[in-house]
Amino acid sequence: MFRRYASPRHFHDLCGRLLPWLGWPCAALMAAGLWGGLVAAPPDYQQGEAYRIIFIHVPSAWLSLLVYAAMASAAAAGLIWRTRVAEAVTIACAPIGASFTFLALLTGSLWGKPMWGAWWVWDARLTSELVLLFLYLGIIALHGAIPDPRKAARACAILAIVGLVDLPIIHFSVEWWNTLHQGQTVFRLDGPSIHPSMLAPLLLMAAAFTLFFAAVLLMRVRCELLHRERRRQWVREVRA
Amino acid sequence: MTPRQRRAALVGGMAAGIAAAAAFAFLAIGENMLWFFTPSQLAAEGPPPGNRIRLGGLVVEGSVRRRPGALEVRFDLADRAAAVTVAYRGLLPDLFREGQGIVALGRIDADGVLQAEEVLAKHDETYMPPAIAESMREANATERAGAPTVRP
Repeated sequence: MFRRYASPRHFHDLCGRLLPWLGWPCAALMAAGLWGGLVAAPPDYQQGEAYRIIFIHVPSAWLSLLVYAAMASAAAAGLIWRTRVAEAVTIACAPIGASFTFLALLTGSLWGKPMWGAWWVWDARLTSELVLLFLYLGIIALHGAIPDPRKAARACAILAIVGLVDLPIIHFSVEWWNTLHQGQTVFRLDGPSIHPSMLAPLLLMAAAFTLFFAAVLLMRVRCELLHRERRRQWVREVRA
Repeated sequence: MTPRQRRAALVGGMAAGIAAAAAFAFLAIGENMLWFFTPSQLAAEGPPPGNRIRLGGLVVEGSVRRRPGALEVRFDLADRAAAVTVAYRGLLPDLFREGQGIVALGRIDADGVLQAEEVLAKHDETYMPPAIAESMREANATERAGAPTVRP
């Protein structure tokens, strides 16, 4: 069954069928999360209204890690099984992950100026997240620099797996070292240190962002497969 | 070994090798990855003479002294074991208040006072509505003296 979807043609069709099942729930969750976070949730006891940026910042930062993990998994699968679908997934992940990383850095910077007093500091959390952005950009650039798509995919896969080491560094940076960035709020051993009225919209937004990633990934994979296989018979049939 | 197994072993070995290299690198770098020192670390190791350092701690309740008619402010930064006085001339961030986590950048002068050039607020990881924070503060005020306090 899985072997069947390793064929670009079947995977292309499967993506097309799955897309509406991701897109519409994503839109609904996003609307509910935005309303919950920006309207329904109470202000914070210290930061007032300014804390509401977490409803964008935190899901973006989570997704920047999740997308990288997905990309590196696809990269490993591509190296081991040499399937064209896995290679297409790897390269399709990179621009999405770069966008989430950029959004996390940008919203964090906008929040940092009024709250910390600085747009940017070189602490371990911020620096390791910036390295993640450079990893994504490096993979995009490497893919663009090698004309043969199969060779490009192998080079990108190796870079993606090498960069995997940055994920635990980002996640644990606030525990291993003194950082200006605050520690974990949600993934704590003693439970989340955020009030349920704020946590609920945050989790809604995280779910919406995850569905958004899945939907955009499937769209990008379809394009990538059509482009790579453009001289094959099945693509001509799709176009017809 | 089939070629596929060989490739899988190669990928696994590559990941393990990089993880080991990173672990050794961070063990070697050690304290240089710290973005700031705490007052206890400073007390244990002594201030690096003449060098700029970052010091992070909580602003001691009742220690903030402003000179009238000037921007100059002095306060004590403390952790559980030690405290250091900080002098600063400039605008403080919004979150600066007594009991708040603060990171100050500057040099330790001859009197042991940190002459700060920059003061940043370190926000904690707690988020709650103002009403809940208020009721927690009241609960703490009623059962003081050694009882474990609820986090603010």
